[in-house]
Amino acid sequence: MKKEEVPQDKDNLHEGTFKQIMYAVDNSGNYVQVQSAGWEPENIALGQAWEEVNKRVETAKQKVLAGEVSPIAYYMEKNIMDLALLANYVGKFQWQVKRHMKPAVFARLSQKMLQKYADAFKISIADLQQIK
Amino acid sequence: MSEILFHHTQTAHCESGVISNLLGHHGLKISEPMAFGIGAGLFFGHLPFVKVNGVPGTTYRIWPGAIFQRVCDRLGVKMKVEKFSSVEKGMAALDETIAAGTPVGLLSSVYYLTYFPASYRFHFNAHNLVVYGKEDGQYLVSDPIMDSVTTIDPEHLAQARFAKGFPAPKGKMYYPVSVPSSASLEKPIIEGIKQTCHYMLKIPVPLFGVDGIRFLAKRVKKYPQKLDDRRAVLYLGNIIRMQEEIGTGGAGFRFVYAAFLQEAAELLNKPEFSKLAAELTQVGDLWRNFAFAAGRVCKSRSANDVSYNELSEMLFRTAAAEEAFFRKLSKAI
Repeated sequence: MKKEEVPQDKDNLHEGTFKQIMYAVDNSGNYVQVQSAGWEPENIALGQAWEEVNKRVETAKQKVLAGEVSPIAYYMEKNIMDLALLANYVGKFQWQVKRHMKPAVFARLSQKMLQKYADAFKISIADLQQIK
Repeated sequence: MSEILFHHTQTAHCESGVISNLLGHHGLKISEPMAFGIGAGLFFGHLPFVKVNGVPGTTYRIWPGAIFQRVCDRLGVKMKVEKFSSVEKGMAALDETIAAGTPVGLLSSVYYLTYFPASYRFHFNAHNLVVYGKEDGQYLVSDPIMDSVTTIDPEHLAQARFAKGFPAPKGKMYYPVSVPSSASLEKPIIEGIKQTCHYMLKIPVPLFGVDGIRFLAKRVKKYPQKLDDRRAVLYLGNIIRMQEEIGTGGAGFRFVYAAFLQEAAELLNKPEFSKLAAELTQVGDLWRNFAFAAGRVCKSRSANDVSYNELSEMLFRTAAAEEAFFRKLSKAI
């Protein structure tokens, strides 16, 4: 990659200001550091990864509102966690977390357990019990 | 108030960047590409069964921490490395060390680093940064991939240091306790190159090295049959992100490594390394062409056999070029 070829494809994912370093060759063939404002393929891939996250959050939200799953499922998606990571945060097995996603089980969770989930999502228990 | 004069240099990759910045602070000047090369940072691996958010993992560099370990071993740097069982202990140890005037390297999760744009904050737990002071209750941060120094509040820094998941940073902090004022780089460079050649050519597991690239090529070819359109695009997108996102220097670290070879050519007076650097630059451009083509497939969102076949062919060609390159490199040392 030549110095002039270092991509400068800005998009709003970079919030305008964020520039990364790339290594590229100058006219005499020597490597130099050049700042890049972003590159289209990466922007596309990153954008699609976020689309996927947002889709999952929205699906989980609808399921919570329909009473099919507990808010834990929604906050897990919102925090881009998967079952393994969330289980790790609250110190439970995955099957236990899955169980806590059932609204009936969630309603009976102790304050202590609720606090663990609230801590994992960095929210209050009140926020955990209802989704915004 | 603990203010340390710390010279921040923006780099492409967090780990080699922190090494370069920290050692530089202690008087041992080595560039980022040099740290990356001596630490044998270049690699390739495709791990279809290690899934992150349901998408198989691809890596273009060695596992986190390895560069660090190797650079310290090869240059004779002694590091103090600590992990902590509790947040309180971990934060107290950090405060003590910076109060004593020592900048500290920290392992952290990108997800909680508030100074990054929100769109980059995924649960990536192996990010390295330097804290070099505390002012008005905020930590002063030299994050090597930011263009200037920044700050973070104690709560978020604690969350980032004690994030859960794999690998869990457990508050890991490190700083050099003994740094040679000058080091001969010749032997470390040769050792680093030998190790990289070995990892790229000789690991008898076909998921790694140049064989790993061929393995990925075979998998990509089958994406349209095995996956629905949406998943195929996500899988492909992840390959691009690992290759081009912050910290790779572009082209999945290939350009950083080429810069290292160029520097090594001059230091060791080996002009053939310079030629090889130019060759690796071309390999890097193949990777970039692949990302560009893959990006277009992602954009079109339809998994048709022709486009995935083409991408697969591109990867096979890249693998061949990379193999030829490493065979020459292993003979040149």
